[in-house]
Amino acid sequence: MTDTPLIEARALTRMDERRQVPLLQPTDFTLQPGDRVSITGASGSGKSVFLRALALLDAPTSGQILWNNQPIGNAQIPHYRCHISYLSQRPALLEGSVEDNLRFPFSLKTSRKRRFDLVTVTTLLGHAGKAPDFLAKRAADLSGGESQVVSLIRTLQLNPEVLLLDEPTAALDPTSSREVEALIDAWFAGDPSRACIWVSHDLDQARRMSDIHLQMSAGVLSGVPQP
Amino acid sequence: MNYQNLTALDMGIAASLILINGALSLLLRLGLGRQLLWAAVRTVVQLLAIGYLLGWVFEFAYWYVVLPLMCAMTLIAGLSAAGRGRRTYRGQRADSILSVWGSSWLVTAVGLFAVIRIHPWYEPQYAIPILGMILGNTLTGVSLGIERMTQELTSGRNTIEMILALGGSRWEAAQEAIRQAVRAGMIPTLNQMTVVGIVSLPGMMTGQVLAGESPEDAVRYQIVIMFLIAASSALGTVGAVLLTYRRLFSSSHRFLRDRLVER
Repeated sequence: MTDTPLIEARALTRMDERRQVPLLQPTDFTLQPGDRVSITGASGSGKSVFLRALALLDAPTSGQILWNNQPIGNAQIPHYRCHISYLSQRPALLEGSVEDNLRFPFSLKTSRKRRFDLVTVTTLLGHAGKAPDFLAKRAADLSGGESQVVSLIRTLQLNPEVLLLDEPTAALDPTSSREVEALIDAWFAGDPSRACIWVSHDLDQARRMSDIHLQMSAGVLSGVPQP
Repeated sequence: MNYQNLTALDMGIAASLILINGALSLLLRLGLGRQLLWAAVRTVVQLLAIGYLLGWVFEFAYWYVVLPLMCAMTLIAGLSAAGRGRRTYRGQRADSILSVWGSSWLVTAVGLFAVIRIHPWYEPQYAIPILGMILGNTLTGVSLGIERMTQELTSGRNTIEMILALGGSRWEAAQEAIRQAVRAGMIPTLNQMTVVGIVSLPGMMTGQVLAGESPEDAVRYQIVIMFLIAASSALGTVGAVLLTYRRLFSSSHRFLRDRLVER
């Protein structure tokens, strides 16, 4: 493979500063275009720690993350996060309608030059089996599953290269889980150079949604394919 | 000056009114007896002490007497502003002292040099009570601001991380919390300003009137003081909230939520 890796982690570690407990042991990891990776493991094993470090939401204690072979400067971080999108287990919606929530990212400085596109959003809603009148619903009235669908569409409309999914369906009913999976499959089908990492404790889902299966245990990532 | 002097007996009669509070506490089983007693003792002791101290300072009106006293007052105000709220972070005390100090001294300087224009500036009869009134209100603003900020950051954590994950800057992520916190810190002063003269007659003005000053003159001083207080508590609140923001958001646009700890 001569592809440039999308993200590369070198000897990434993270310590719990207060209790002096290692959360992530030195980890090397490469994400290539087209990779669909799943990471499974018990809760507290460090899956989320690793994913949040890749999203640059938590600072690693040591080690380095490269994006297209380059280290990432502070000023570039918001830009990075638009391309390498992290989705948490608990969707956070703002007050207002579904549409207000979907328009929100375009009010941020990094995406200000881009425009909210109703056609893209309607197509995405269709993948999740939602009619366009869903846009008018109040965010406060949505179920957990519907909130996660909105949160995912809010991210997907920005056209990220990589999705970092932190157990996005862990708290959802089976129907909503399938809608979320359908959305992600459709996003994947849109461009073969996209990649994602799916953290899950559901082995069936991990097998269904990925072709590279990794395990995390006590801060150690295993099953990493050797280059 | 012509007014009624108060004797120890007079004060005793007033102090016995605390028995009303005590009786209520017993009747309603509020369990406040001990705190009431302690508060009453502190009121008497602290005020007597400051009375003697001020009497002494007024006699020795030198800058090297007045200035340390002003510093001590400011330091205590800053420390007590830091002592509130369920959550704290490393450096909160320093942030609180810095914002109380900066805002109150700046505004007091404007009051002493530009508005009242007394010579020398450290004339204790002016400098100390004016700084004191400003400090009292600034510390409320600062402590409410920091308390609200840490509370908003804790309850809004998911939203903050969502904004960061969507490519928002640390400023965009913190904006809503900052706005709420500054508002919370400024509201007590605003409330006070809207009812002053109608519902409440401020202590300073009342004092001047009791001491024989004409109400019109007393009111002028009170107006000046209200604006000084408003300016200082606003500056102090904004300062404290922004310092909190700087501690809890890194330049790499990360929310350092681990730094927020329960007391």
